[in-house]
Amino acid sequence: MARNSRASAPGGSPRFVLAAAVLAGLVILAAGVFFALLMREGPRGAGGTALASAIGGPFRLTDQNGKTVTDADLKGKWSLIYFGYTHCPDACPTALNDIAVALDELGTKREAVRPVFITVDPERDTPPALKSYVASFDAPILALTGTPEEVAQTAKAYRVYYAKHPEPGGDYSMDHSSVIYVMDPEGRFTASFTHESSPEQIAERLKKLLA
Amino acid sequence: MPMKFLAFAAGLVVASAALAQAAQLEVKDAWARATPGNAENGAAYLTIVSPTADRLVSVATPVAKKAELHTMTMKGMVMEMRPVEGVDIPPGRPVTLKPGGAHIMLLRLNQPLREGQSFPMTLNFEKAGPQPVTVTVEKLGAAGPAPAARR
Repeated sequence: MARNSRASAPGGSPRFVLAAAVLAGLVILAAGVFFALLMREGPRGAGGTALASAIGGPFRLTDQNGKTVTDADLKGKWSLIYFGYTHCPDACPTALNDIAVALDELGTKREAVRPVFITVDPERDTPPALKSYVASFDAPILALTGTPEEVAQTAKAYRVYYAKHPEPGGDYSMDHSSVIYVMDPEGRFTASFTHESSPEQIAERLKKLLA
Repeated sequence: MPMKFLAFAAGLVVASAALAQAAQLEVKDAWARATPGNAENGAAYLTIVSPTADRLVSVATPVAKKAELHTMTMKGMVMEMRPVEGVDIPPGRPVTLKPGGAHIMLLRLNQPLREGQSFPMTLNFEKAGPQPVTVTVEKLGAAGPAPAARR
């Protein structure tokens, strides 16, 4: 009887409980170390390879001075890429201003980062329109436009959604993904920020990436 | 006893808040952001407080060809801007239009808005009728109106 009851409840043995607890502790510790390594590797590690290859790619556009710019021209510096349009009164100036404020906090390291504004409204955003627009921000922004096809191809490469929303009287607004992408000097996707990221948060993250 | 005192004090606070509240609809802190370059559109923001329920139905200003009430919403990562017919003003609760939310869209500005300027705007309410305000232009990318002391 006594033997039976012991066999049916091995968990009652203090030694077994201790062994199980130690084992569980080791498993948790190992998992912790594994995830810590994964996090440290960031998007370039095993966990982020799929993401890294999904955002970015070849493009051919025209800058605010009428010069052709391709993805190859962005290499050698970090890029902060935002898709928007100049008729956008709220989200786009906010994002560009946040970028300018964040870059200001980087001090001399700001030279290593190139802010890029790519229009989703090539119909209205000609190089001259872009030129005066980005010149108002306190950052040397590279502004890009192109033919509707060139812009569509670029947006597709960056997984950016946009659509024209017509309004009465011939006006229209553009629905568009509002995301700031961080691409490394090799042109690989590294991080992203949303409208909820403050300039301080953007600066903090960039400081770590540039360190 | 303490409970009664608390209830009395709370009653006083409510009463004084009601007294302090405007007897009629009030539009405060009207501001706009400076516009970059020759950007054709701008946005104006403000706060409306009304003791009774009302509805903002239209806006007019001489600085733009058209002024519209717009909402801005994020659907996931996608920003959408839509004109709306009106904005409901609940009684006693301030309604603030601010960056990242609803705004008064200024379409086809006659001139760019530059920091430090101000311009007139008229808000038309269903009950309170037309309410003229002066809109102050803040710097590009400003998150809110400058404190009154700085004006």
